[in-house]
This record gives sequence, structure tokens and C-alpha cells, in this order.
Amino acid sequence: MTRDPLGRPPAALMVPAAVAVLLLVVPLVAMVAATDWATLPEQLTSEPVLDALRLSVVTSTAAMLVCLVLGLPVAWLLARVAFRGRGLLRALVTVPLVLPPVVAGIALRSAFGRTGVIGEPLLELTGFAFPFTTWGVVLAHVFVSLPFVVIAIEGALRSADPVYDAASATLGATRWTTFRRVTVPLAMPGILAGMVLGWSRSLGEFGATITFNGNYPGTTQTMPTLIYVARQSDQDAAQALSLIMLALSIAVLLLLRDRWLGTP
Amino acid sequence: MSAGGLEVDLEVPGRVRAAFSARPGRVVALIGPNGAGKSSLVHALAGLVPAQGRAHLDGVDLLPLSAREREVGLVFQDRALFPHLTARENVAFGPRSRGVPRRVARERADHWLGRMGLPELAGRRPRQLSGGQAQRVAIARALATEPRLLLLDEPMAGLDVGVAMALRLELARHLRDYDGVTLLVTHDAIDALTLADEVVVLDEGRVAQEGTPDDVAAHPRTDHVARLVGLNVLRDQEGFTSFRPRDVTVSLRRPEGSARLTWSGPVASAQQHGDAVRLLVDTRPPLLADVTPQAVAELGIAPGREVWLSVKATAVRRYGAVPEGR
Repeated sequence: MTRDPLGRPPAALMVPAAVAVLLLVVPLVAMVAATDWATLPEQLTSEPVLDALRLSVVTSTAAMLVCLVLGLPVAWLLARVAFRGRGLLRALVTVPLVLPPVVAGIALRSAFGRTGVIGEPLLELTGFAFPFTTWGVVLAHVFVSLPFVVIAIEGALRSADPVYDAASATLGATRWTTFRRVTVPLAMPGILAGMVLGWSRSLGEFGATITFNGNYPGTTQTMPTLIYVARQSDQDAAQALSLIMLALSIAVLLLLRDRWLGTP
Repeated sequence: MSAGGLEVDLEVPGRVRAAFSARPGRVVALIGPNGAGKSSLVHALAGLVPAQGRAHLDGVDLLPLSAREREVGLVFQDRALFPHLTARENVAFGPRSRGVPRRVARERADHWLGRMGLPELAGRRPRQLSGGQAQRVAIARALATEPRLLLLDEPMAGLDVGVAMALRLELARHLRDYDGVTLLVTHDAIDALTLADEVVVLDEGRVAQEGTPDDVAAHPRTDHVARLVGLNVLRDQEGFTSFRPRDVTVSLRRPEGSARLTWSGPVASAQQHGDAVRLLVDTRPPLLADVTPQAVAELGIAPGREVWLSVKATAVRRYGAVPEGR
């Protein structure tokens, strides 16, 4: 370590920092250490695990795409259009970010449940109801992930210089053309980062999903809910599943760092 | 009101209020110090800043139109080339946005890049271009939409002196061929003198002077223009008095003799200017005086030193009391 010209970092800061790092790292290392590697392949290829893994990846990917289609316009609106109530809209969009996921599940039930404000007429009109279906899982994922995606993309749009939008307008482009050909391409790294963030948030989503959809293998049982169930009956399985999630999380982090965030 | 050209009488509240006109094919230089409202005026004409009043271009009022509906090309001060597009795609962007088929837009882009002397750089991205090349692409991009009004916001800013000179010559050639109105924002007297047919001087958000470059350079009415063209200008109730810095005599004692105007004050700065030394003296108002290096040594001139300035009445020019009214 090179000598810091400002002096040695004080112990009053270094000690809590070290504790914080240990607190974050030790449980993960312990989990890896406690894994029964002999039975791991067998655990990971069992049918409930593969079903849950497949369902998790499919629903998280679907939720990510929905978040992109719905979240990008909201982010653009917040970043590029001056209107009354913009602050309020941003606050409303951000609420699910700080909401306990179980509460999100209850809220979804009130709106999209079989007797919900939207759920009941929907059921009467089409015979379809969200709860306890894979669609319900995607809906719950979107609800909790969308704020992350909107905030991340809005940040990316804000950091892009608005002079390019102005240049585009003077060249005769409509706002839609400007959005497609200038705004989005310039903010693409941030948009991709937002999508990955949304995807990983969906992947780990537990509270809202289980509250709104229950825990049915094959239709609503995702990895986190399977881990929750397995934890009570089969410790080793829970351990193995958690290992997969850890590996996926680290992969996402690496992807974000190397490709888009550009941090050393 | 004539149908052709530009007729402006507009206000950007709190920023600038200006009225002037220009016939098609003419180049109007807009000069003035920072904060005079030059950029506000240009952005208002481009439709990027809301304005009141009117701005007729070939008989059509621009102000009710959105930026994209105006036949106005704007070359931004920092160029604002799209960084994710090649030079060709940048230039083709305007025609494409106006509904020209892709292939035709490409051809038009190549045509304009060729005219700007950059045919071999069509495939490059802005970050692979030098400052002068990027500025040429930006000008080509603005011209490719075939605007009736071309707005150039400080086109030479940030370029090396040699590059700026080459671009200035090239721009002069293109502007001669261009049949629309050009509005050139600059803080450089050379730009105004070499490129413009008319000069509009903005000061504190208003038009301070309007005229041909020669006239404005010879009879400046603002300190800013006086400094740009290297003249001393004094203002009083009856009009303006101007004289050249080299006609000023510098002495340590109050000069004797008749028919001389005199001032005194401390030397604020001294700079090499050609083969003379140009002094800025803190008289009220501040004046420029050119002296020989020998005189600097003999008089012991240094910043802070109190000196007397005088100029012969015969070396002074007096002109117009009232700015040409509009």
C-alpha cells in the first residue's frame, strides 16, 4: 500500500469498515463451505429444482421485458418532459421500492385478486384471474422490479446531454424519432444496466410472489419460494438451491461491472 | 415588409430583445460580450427557447412553429454531433427525419461531406474526428436539411488558430454560394470582418449597433466592439469619440499644449502587441495606448504606475449621436 499523504486512515473508521465487510462476506463463505458437494449434482437435477429454476428464469425474463416496455416511457417522461406533478409521479412510482414485499403482495391482491378492484371485473369478463398463476408471478415481479428499472433508466437518461435531443429537433425529427434514434441509443448502457437490475430483483423476489400467488410447483413456485419450503424439510436442498442463487447473483454483478458500469 | 429573407423583432423575456433584418444570401454577424443575449437569440430562432414577437423567414412567422417545423439549420457551439452515429449518418439524419428515403439521404450526406472536403471521413464517428473536421461535419449536417436560415453559434470556438483560419476561408466560400440567410454568432472581430455582410452588435440584451462590418469597425458604439477592433471609444451626450491606441501619447507628467485631450490613471496591464507594447490604463473609462518597448523602459512603466495619456484633437474622430433607429 502506498503512503497516503493525508495520513493513516483512523482506526475509528477502519474497524467498523472491517466489521461491515466481514458481516457481508462471512455468511456467504459459510454457506459455500457448508455445502455437501457429493450430493450437489443430484440435488440440482431433481425435478422440483429444475422446475423452479426454469420458472424463475422465465418469469424474471418476462418481468424484465414488461418493465422495459412500461418503465422506459415512464423514465423518459420523468427525465425529459416538464409537467406539473412530476415530483409526485416520481414519488408514486418509487413507493414500491420501499414497500415491504409482503405488503406489495396484499396490495396486488386488493387490485388483481379474484374480488379485487380490477381482478373481479377481469374475471367476469374473461374468466381469467392473476392469483396463483404464472402470470400472477410475472405481475408480482413487475410490481416490485419496475421502480428499480424506472429509477435506473431515468438516471441514465438524465446523464445524457439534452443538447442531442435539441439538435435532433432542429434537424426536423419528431420526438418519437428523437427518442428512437438519439435518446435511447445514447442511454443504452444505463438502460441495459437497469434491465439487469430489474431481472435480478425479480429473480430474488419472494414476499410479494408467495403472498399473491402461493407456492405451487410448476406454476408459481420460483427458486426463492422453493428454498423457503425446502428449508423446513430438507436443509441440504435449501443449501444447494441457495448456492445456485449466489452464483447467479455474482454473475449478474460481474456482468454489470465489466460491461456497463465501468468501475475498476 | 418584404417577403424574402429574415425579419426579426422578438424578445426572449429576461434575456434579449432584438430587431433586425437580412436579405436572402446575406451573412449577418451577431457580436457582443458574454451574456449579451447572442445564444438566446439564436436558440429562439431555432425554436429551442420560447420567444415573443415575430421572426419572419421568407414571409413565414417562425415563432408559432416548433423547432422541427422550421426551415432553420443550427450549428451548435459545442457541435453536438451524435456520438453514436458516423459522420455520414449524422449528416443524413436531417434528411431522414424529414422523410427522405434512406438511400437518397445517404447520397445527400456524401454530397455535403464532399463539399466540406471530408469524403473519406464519412465512416468515422465524431470522437475520431479532429475539432476542425467535426465542425465541418456539423456544418454539413445543418446544410443538408437545406435550411432557409443557417445559424452558426461560435463556429470557430475551441479551434486552434490555424484550423480556425482554414475553416474561416472555407466557410466564406460556402456562405457565398448559400442563398439563405446566415446568422453568425461570434466574439471574434476577424469572423465578422471576413465573413459578414452586416453586423448586429448586442449589448446587455439589446441591439447597440447595426451596420456594415467596415462601418461598425470604424465607428464602434460599444466598449466591446471597440476592444475587438482595437479602438478607444468615448461616449458623451453628443455622440462618440474614437481614436487609435497608437495615436495616444504616454507621459509621466501632465502634458502641456493646446488642442489635446488628456486623462490620467494607473497602468492596469501591459502586453506585447505587434512590435509595440499595448497598455491598458485605468482612466475613466479605461483606454488603450500603444508605446514602443524603449518608451516602456524609459518611463519605467509597470502595472500600478500613474501615467498621463493625451491625444491630439486631429487624431480623434467624432460620430453619430443617435444609434441608427429601428
